[in-house]
Amino acid sequence: MDYRPEVINRLTELWETRDEGLLKGSPDIYNRYRAEAFSEFLRLGIPDRKNEAYKYTNLEKSFGYKYEKYFSPVPGDFREAEKFHCEVQDLDVWNMVLLNGFLPKGDEGLAMLPGGLWVGSMKAAARQFPSLVEKHYNKYAQNENDGLVPLNTALASDGLFLYAPKNTVYTKPIQIVNLLHSTQDIFAQDRNLLVVEDGAQMSLLVCDHAISPQHYLTNTVTEVYVGRNARFEIIRVQNQHNDSGKITHTFIHQERDSFASSNNITLHGGLVRNATWHRLNGENAETHSYGLFLADKHQHIANFVKVDHAAPNCNSTQLFKGVLDDNASGAFNGRIMVHKDAQKTNAFQSSNSIIMSDTARMDTKPQLEIYADDVKCSHGATVGQLDENALFYLRSRGIDAKEAKLMLMFGFAHDVIKNIPIEALRERIDNLVLQRLRGELSRCASCAIQCN
Amino acid sequence: MQTEFLIQIKDLKASIDNKEILKGLSLEVKPGEIHAIMGPNGSGKSTLANVLTGREIATVTAGTVTFEGKNLLEMSPEERAREGIFLSFQYPIEIPGVSMVNFMKTAINEQRKHRGLEPLSASEFLRQMREKKELVEIDSALTNRSVNEGFSGGEKKKNEIFQMAMLEPRLALLDETDSGLDIDALRIVANGVNKIRRPDTSVIVITHYQRLLDYIVPDFVHVLYDGRIVKSGGPELALKLEERGYDWIRKEAEVSEETWTTDRK
Ligand SMILES: Nc1ncnc2c1ncn2[C@@H]1O[C@H](COP(=O)(O)OP(=O)(O)OP(=O)(O)O)[C@@H](O)[C@H]1O
Ligand SMILES: [Mg+2]
Repeated sequence: MDYRPEVINRLTELWETRDEGLLKGSPDIYNRYRAEAFSEFLRLGIPDRKNEAYKYTNLEKSFGYKYEKYFSPVPGDFREAEKFHCEVQDLDVWNMVLLNGFLPKGDEGLAMLPGGLWVGSMKAAARQFPSLVEKHYNKYAQNENDGLVPLNTALASDGLFLYAPKNTVYTKPIQIVNLLHSTQDIFAQDRNLLVVEDGAQMSLLVCDHAISPQHYLTNTVTEVYVGRNARFEIIRVQNQHNDSGKITHTFIHQERDSFASSNNITLHGGLVRNATWHRLNGENAETHSYGLFLADKHQHIANFVKVDHAAPNCNSTQLFKGVLDDNASGAFNGRIMVHKDAQKTNAFQSSNSIIMSDTARMDTKPQLEIYADDVKCSHGATVGQLDENALFYLRSRGIDAKEAKLMLMFGFAHDVIKNIPIEALRERIDNLVLQRLRGELSRCASCAIQCN
Repeated sequence: MQTEFLIQIKDLKASIDNKEILKGLSLEVKPGEIHAIMGPNGSGKSTLANVLTGREIATVTAGTVTFEGKNLLEMSPEERAREGIFLSFQYPIEIPGVSMVNFMKTAINEQRKHRGLEPLSASEFLRQMREKKELVEIDSALTNRSVNEGFSGGEKKKNEIFQMAMLEPRLALLDETDSGLDIDALRIVANGVNKIRRPDTSVIVITHYQRLLDYIVPDFVHVLYDGRIVKSGGPELALKLEERGYDWIRKEAEVSEETWTTDRK
């Protein structure tokens, strides 16, 4: 039986009572898009496997669940959240904790960091930088047959706003710790906007954690504008649990001579789908999409990437790797689209997975649409076991089989990690991956809350 | 009582995909001896090295291998390595993402654990790395990279001998370590082997060329032909092979089907 009509009814109820409920006091800049977005959501629905982009991903496990709380903050818990220390700690970063998609001090104004970078809630941004928000909000997100993006536009009430004005360079990474923590089962939605103006630089580390054992689902939409000659890096570390679902849609829009890289490291999560869209809108821009996931039990991890070459002389790479054990499943859907005028495009894509059990599975689907003629495009996908020859080589030096396998898996994973631009972070993530591979990483590791 | 042989291979038969490759091979090596094995392509030299190190490409169907009195064939590859067997691969494997440093540290500490020793301290490990690098004149840039990744053919061979220096085996099997080396590198690597060797280290050198044996001077030279050792002699046998090729061996072998063994007993 189709689980979706009931879910859609529930969401429609929320929609109809929005003004007294979760959207009370929401700024007009966001509200004006909501009605159309909601009807778009109703038209597109919750994606199922008939949708090409979700061909290997069944959302029922997360979307079919009846949550107690939808899209609204749980204020009492903020004190708890402040106590949390993410695994990736002791880094020289500027740090902020978000709880269930909301900023602890949501309604205060934006904060300005040294160097002139602004950070705060979307609500505050609409008050403080109305024309800037108006210029960028909902301009890069694309629905393209995915109802979950308009669902977010319609019903997300807040999220994170980051703004690097022209030529501002904030050398420290900004770390956002996204916590899911409550005594109720929650479906959360956050809507984020990051603006990196011409010549500015920003690097962002987002850590997603679920620190209490409830059922969670998050549907996140993040729009990123990267101006001329600007530089933007985002690294996501996802460490949630088997009853949590995490859906992200990240739209990175790049102008000429800009650089962007996205790195999704999925260590844990019941159902995770990261969609990363890169639009190369001006000449001579460069973009990189990396992903690494480690999945076991019944987890499902999907990565969807679309690189849109809309201007000539741009370079893009996609490198995704996964290790799957037990009954885990994974999917990679990588699209490269080269527009007619995008001559001298270089686009590279690779997806490699290692399957550790007979019951794990991985599906990959590259899609190339090329309308220019002077283009270098390559793509490759492998799904296989650990290399027997390499395994023997390590063992022949006295390393036991179990450790040798671990070293090979780690080496395989490191190929993605090595692209993380911040060295201290690279080391921390190397460590996390190693712990995860050894089965030593739990969501409670080095958490200050100690909820159980 | 200790047996006088370090390794004793008796009537060893092994097949790959039901095709017999080693057809009754016997060889005995005493501590400190150097044995060279020569023989035409495809005669089974690397297969012998694989069987001795426990690579499961070939299946042993008959015969015994005793290493320091223990049944070698029962041991896993890692146990054999910890017991002191080392293979310098004919085709070293590239392992992207696994750093040389981590690889060597793990290998050494596993070996030490096997011997009941504490792990090496970081500084002692680095000291050994430095010292052994100098021995085979391997570039530091190489040991800072992933195992063999992007190494040239010659660099890979040097790296094998570097690992031998780090692990200090009881028995080293050098499978065509000379191939791919330029003239200077050959001298460096061969002298490296001589420096690494302790008086009781044994070496089995598999090679096609006399050149290597000018440096690593063998006590015995054996000809492996069609899965058997069909002729054994001293260093002069290698010179004769260099001069005359394998044709005369082939003729002799076809004349008599009997198994040749070392004639020193
Ligand atoms: N993995 C394999 N699968 C099938 N046949 C194999 C395999 N490895 C070796 N053989 C076969 O076994 C035989 C012996 O091979 P081996 O590599 O031991 O020869 P070799 O004496 O080392 O030769 P070379 O001098 O060329 O290195 C050859 O006929 C070879 O084709
Ligand atoms: Mg060979």
